[in-house]
Amino acid sequence: MKVAITSTGNSLESKLDSRFGRCSFFVIYDTESKSVEFIPNPNKENVEGAGPASVNLIASRDSKKVVSGEFGAKVKSLFDSLQIQLIVLNDEEKTINEIIELLNHNK
Amino acid sequence: MARPKRIRKVINPPHFKGYRPLGLPEENNPVILNYEEYESIRLSDFELYGQHEAAQVMEVSRPTYARIYESARRKVAQAFVSGRPIVFEGGKVYFDSEWYSCTGCGCWFNHPSKDQEIKNCPLCGAPDIKQYYEDNDQSAIEDVCVCPKCGKEKKHLPDTPCRKEVCPDCNSFMIRKGGPHHYRNGNKNC
Repeated sequence: MKVAITSTGNSLESKLDSRFGRCSFFVIYDTESKSVEFIPNPNKENVEGAGPASVNLIASRDSKKVVSGEFGAKVKSLFDSLQIQLIVLNDEEKTINEIIELLNHNK
Repeated sequence: MARPKRIRKVINPPHFKGYRPLGLPEENNPVILNYEEYESIRLSDFELYGQHEAAQVMEVSRPTYARIYESARRKVAQAFVSGRPIVFEGGKVYFDSEWYSCTGCGCWFNHPSKDQEIKNCPLCGAPDIKQYYEDNDQSAIEDVCVCPKCGKEKKHLPDTPCRKEVCPDCNSFMIRKGGPHHYRNGNKNC
């Protein structure tokens, strides 16, 4: 299963980005193959509609969960319709590595 | 042009596509039951909500809810009597899910696939999760007449329309609290 995480940078030491639509990078982590992929967010500078555009990006990668600090108003109903789970983590100090470890521990 | 329909909230969409009558040859004339109509049957006849509460859950007005529910019942009756299949499709809806919080890692999460029960936190796997309920404003369910001039409130009586009630303080006609007139005049007069 794939999990999308919003990240401030493109390394495992980067911290979680608290915004969803305009985060710097998306990390797509595959819990089965343990592969990690960093995708620069093409919607970062969008004036409007960054959230829905990012939803499309994540849905096209077949993620089933999304971890971020905060989700905008337009996003939740879209994710609900796509059956993608949202996870809100109010801890900006968590690194991508720590989140991946949590997810591994879960399995 | 007609006023656009207000978008309806559906908490539990059906996880199958519809129904087919037994013992009839395959027929291609299904009754289309919208998601909002399915949800109204679920709320009224399965959860046994009153129309006020159900309308609040779907975020439409009580009369609108009554129309959705009536249309749903008629479609179901039509399918039963004439032996037509029912297909769940369309409607002006959005899907919603409930929020949970985990005491283990302090995260919040929702649960979009309702057919499976959720037991563990999706992030840390801890079983200490609890569901988050928004505080229900009870006064919003109850009908209250409000005076647009002085803001005095009074319990609404089912037989008398609010606009025929007279405010005991300033003798002007009252309006329904939270109704469209109340929103329109809300900031001007109070």
